[in-house]
Amino acid sequence: MSEPNVSTARIFLALLRRDITVARRELVFFLIRTTIQPLLFVVIFGFLLPKMGIVGRNYTTLMLPGIVAISLAMSGMMAVMLPMIVDFGQTKEIEDRLLAPIPNQVVAIEKIVNGTIQGIIAAIFVLPVARLIMGPINALTLTNVGPLLVVAILGGAAFAAMGLLLGTAFPPQQVGMMLSVIVAPMMMFGCAYYPWRGLDAIPAMKWAVLVNPLVYVAEGMRAAITPATPHMPLLAIASALLLINVIFIFLGLKTFMKRAVS
Amino acid sequence: MQENAIETRALRKVYKAPPQKRGRRAPSPARTGGAPILHGKDVVALDALDLTVPQGEFFGLLGPNGAGKTTTIGILTTRVIATAGEASVAGVSVQREPSRVRSRIGVVPQRPNADRSLTVVENLVFHASYFGVPRDVATKRADELLEKFSLTEKRDAKVEALSGGQQQRLMIARALSHDPRVLFLDEPTVGLDPQARLALWDILRDLHRQGRTIIMTTHYMEEADQLCERLAIIDQGKLLALDTPAKLKAQAPGETVIEVTFDAPVDGIVPAVQAIDGVSKAEARGAMLRVFSERRGETIPLLIAAGEERGLAVKDIHLDRPSLETLFISLTGRKLS
Repeated sequence: MSEPNVSTARIFLALLRRDITVARRELVFFLIRTTIQPLLFVVIFGFLLPKMGIVGRNYTTLMLPGIVAISLAMSGMMAVMLPMIVDFGQTKEIEDRLLAPIPNQVVAIEKIVNGTIQGIIAAIFVLPVARLIMGPINALTLTNVGPLLVVAILGGAAFAAMGLLLGTAFPPQQVGMMLSVIVAPMMMFGCAYYPWRGLDAIPAMKWAVLVNPLVYVAEGMRAAITPATPHMPLLAIASALLLINVIFIFLGLKTFMKRAVS
Repeated sequence: MQENAIETRALRKVYKAPPQKRGRRAPSPARTGGAPILHGKDVVALDALDLTVPQGEFFGLLGPNGAGKTTTIGILTTRVIATAGEASVAGVSVQREPSRVRSRIGVVPQRPNADRSLTVVENLVFHASYFGVPRDVATKRADELLEKFSLTEKRDAKVEALSGGQQQRLMIARALSHDPRVLFLDEPTVGLDPQARLALWDILRDLHRQGRTIIMTTHYMEEADQLCERLAIIDQGKLLALDTPAKLKAQAPGETVIEVTFDAPVDGIVPAVQAIDGVSKAEARGAMLRVFSERRGETIPLLIAAGEERGLAVKDIHLDRPSLETLFISLTGRKLS
C-alpha cells in the first residue's frame, strides 16, 4: 500500500507516452486520414490545373505553405477532438486517466501537447509529398528554422486547443453539424489557398478573415518557408497565434472540466 | 494511526437543471447516476448522507437504480463535486486534495471502460504508470494480476477480444495495478452471467481477506447479503438503514409480503383487507395489492375473495419471505430492481 511521491511531470510523460504509443501504431492510418484531403487539393490545383494552363505555374508557390498549414492545423485539431468526442460521448475510456493523481487539467494539457506533435508530424509528411506532386518551387526555403518552429508549435497548439474546445463543448450528435458549419468554412477562408495580401482586392473580406485562426498559420508558413512571397509580418503572426492559444486553452480547459467532473 | 477508510458528513449533491438554452440538454440519467428525484427542475441525487467505514471493511451500498449510489461513489472517487457536506477517503479530503485521494483509491466502473487502443497487459502497465509506478515494477505486477484473474492467455490480446466477464476482471485488475488502499466497485456484476458473477464474488472475497477496504454498490440483494460486512440501504438520496446483513434481516418485518395483482385497479380495497386477521399492513398500487401478513396460507384465499367481491380477477400472486428485499419494500414501498 505504497504512496510514492510522484511528480506531475512524470505522470504527464506517462500520459504522453500512452498517446504516442497509440499514435505510432496507427501512424499510416492517421496520415492517410488527415492528409488525403489537402493532398488531393494539391493534385488538382498544384498539378492538373497548372498543366492545363488554367492556373499559373507560380500558384503552387502560394499554395504550398497553405497546404502545409492546413495539414498542421487539421491534424492537430482532429488528434484531440476525435478522442474527446468518443471518450466523453460513448466509451468513457479517458476515465482511467482522470483517476490519475494529478489535477484533471493536466490530462487536457497533455492532449494539446500530443495534438501539437501529431500536427507537426502531418506537416512534415505533407511538405515533401506536395512538393513532389507540384514540381520545383522557386521561393521554397527550409533554412528559416526559427520562424518555422514558432509557427509550427504555436499553430499546432492553437488548433489542438481548438480541438479540445470543439471536442468537449458539443454533444456527439452535433459533431457533423459543427464540422460543416465551423471547420469547413475555416479551411476555405483561412488564406490557405490564396495569400492574405491577395484579399486587398476585397477589403471587407480582408478584415473579416482575421477572426479565422487558420489565416495566421497559413501566413506564418508563408513567412517561414516562402519568405519571398507577400505575407503578414512574423511578429503579428506570432502575437495573434499566442492570443489564440490563450483563448482556446482557457475555454477548452473549462469545457473539458465540465465533462470530466460533474 | 488507524484512520477510517471513508467518512462523509451531511453529504449532499444537487444536479442543477441547466438553463433551457437551445442545444443544451437536461442532465441525462447517466450523468446523474440515474437519479430521478425532481425538486422543481433540480435533481437532488444525495441528501445529507453520513457514513463511516473503517479500514479493511467490505462495505455495501444497496439501493435501486437512481438511489444515489453512483453519485456517492462519484463524490468519493473525485469525479463528482458535492454540493454541500464533507467527505474524506483514506484520511484525505476529497474536496481539498482530490489528487491525493486518487493516489489512494482504485475504481471499477459500472461499465467496463478499458483503453481499447491498448492490449490487455498494456492497460495494466499504462494505468500503473499514470500513478508513477516504474515500468518494470508495473509489468511484473501486471503479469501477477493477469495470472490471478485468469487472463494470462489474453495478455497481448486487444480488449475487444475479451468476454464481458473477462473485461470486468480486467477492470478489477486495473484498479489494483497501483496497489490502492480502498477499492471502489460500482455495480460490478451487472450484465454478467451467473457463473461469471460467482467467480467475481470469489475474487472480491479474496481481496477482502487480504485486508483491502472494499466499497461496493449493488442493487442485487443476494450479492449484498453474501459479500458485505455492513450495508447501507439508500433510496432517493437518503440513508434508510445501516447495519450488518444479519441485523438488517432481523429488522425486516417478521411477515411475508404477499403481492396480488388483479385485472383492474384495486382502489378502495385496502380497509377491507386490513381487517383480515393477521394482516399488519396493506397498500394498493394500481392493480397490485401488497399485504404484510403473518399467516400467508390463510390470508391468500381471503385476499382473492376480497377482490372477487369487487368483481376483480387475480392475475398473479407473489410471495416474499422476510429478507433484505422485504425490509427494503417495507422501508420504501418499492422493490429493489
